[in-house]
Amino acid sequence: MARMSRGTARARSDGVELPPFQRFLDMHRDTVYRYLVFAAGPEEADDAFQETFMAALRAYPTLRGAENLRGWILKIAHNKAIDAARARGRRPVPVAEPPELPEPPAAAATSDGMDAELWSRVRELPPKQRGAVLLRFVGDLEHAQIARALDCSEEAARRNLHVGLQRLREEWTR
Amino acid sequence: MNVDHELETMLEAAATAPITGDPARAAARFADRAGAEGLADVVYATVDSPLGPLLAAATPRGLVRLAYDHNDFDAVLDRLAARISPRVIEAPGRLDEVRRELEDYFAGERRRFELAIDWALVGPFARRVLEATAGISYGDLSTYKEVAARAGNPRASRATGNALGANPVPIVVPCHRVVRTGGGLGGYTGGLDNKRALLAIEGVEA
Repeated sequence: MARMSRGTARARSDGVELPPFQRFLDMHRDTVYRYLVFAAGPEEADDAFQETFMAALRAYPTLRGAENLRGWILKIAHNKAIDAARARGRRPVPVAEPPELPEPPAAAATSDGMDAELWSRVRELPPKQRGAVLLRFVGDLEHAQIARALDCSEEAARRNLHVGLQRLREEWTR
Repeated sequence: MNVDHELETMLEAAATAPITGDPARAAARFADRAGAEGLADVVYATVDSPLGPLLAAATPRGLVRLAYDHNDFDAVLDRLAARISPRVIEAPGRLDEVRRELEDYFAGERRRFELAIDWALVGPFARRVLEATAGISYGDLSTYKEVAARAGNPRASRATGNALGANPVPIVVPCHRVVRTGGGLGGYTGGLDNKRALLAIEGVEA
């Protein structure tokens, strides 16, 4: 069989072709880092980045397919951002308290031209809505990929995105 | 004013707006850590040499591949991912020993390599051929026929030539010291200019 491109490794006996992890890392590091700056906040982004790619490296050889690596790594990043937010939310609060929404990270999540207040509102959305909005706009994923990342149906992904945007809009116009 | 449009425009800006932080540094830190914690099955680095950049790759067992520039490093990494493990990480710190021995060799200060070799990419006969080749001393020449004999099959000089041509760790396993019986230089995985250059380092006119 002819090689399809430089980026394509020879087929494994089970038919899965995975690029060398380093190439996968180089290809997605900017997207993942950006995602985490918005999803976890700039102070947490670096640690969450390490956690994300460590988890990915551990699971990498067991992947069943290589078609949607971008969606896969953003799903891991999404979960690590939630972990980071939870850990931060827990730190000042005794364990018995109801799971409060994490404090939004410092407003300077982004540099000039970005509406820091808007993004702190995004981070205040419930996790699934927040995930849907971030995966759509920062991760640039399609609805089907968002659904896979959030472990929900495509319909539920659409709804989460819709409701999340609606809330932002209401706060925006208030 | 269209609120929806304005909101979406602002959200869409997130995909391209400049961000604080340094993804390249974070990725390098990750690769170091993955290498150090033994989570990478193959670590690699490029090593400068008088023959151009070399790609050195190692597993926990030892050096598994040393490739010349013209082998196409991307293709070499693809094959390592397919044949050994896709957990291939660039971790230059893990190849310090390889780099040191190669530098000494190119400086004329090392006559034999002490690196451990991982033979994972090599079949059983090819391995015997390469181990026989590793026994040829610095600055000596041997023939395909002699190597075939030492590998246990004196009539297999053609298969021996193939095994040497596919040597995954040239320079370290000195297939450049193997030449034709009549005195011809034979072939070389790294190109004949490199074969001559390596022999010249060892003081052999070819």
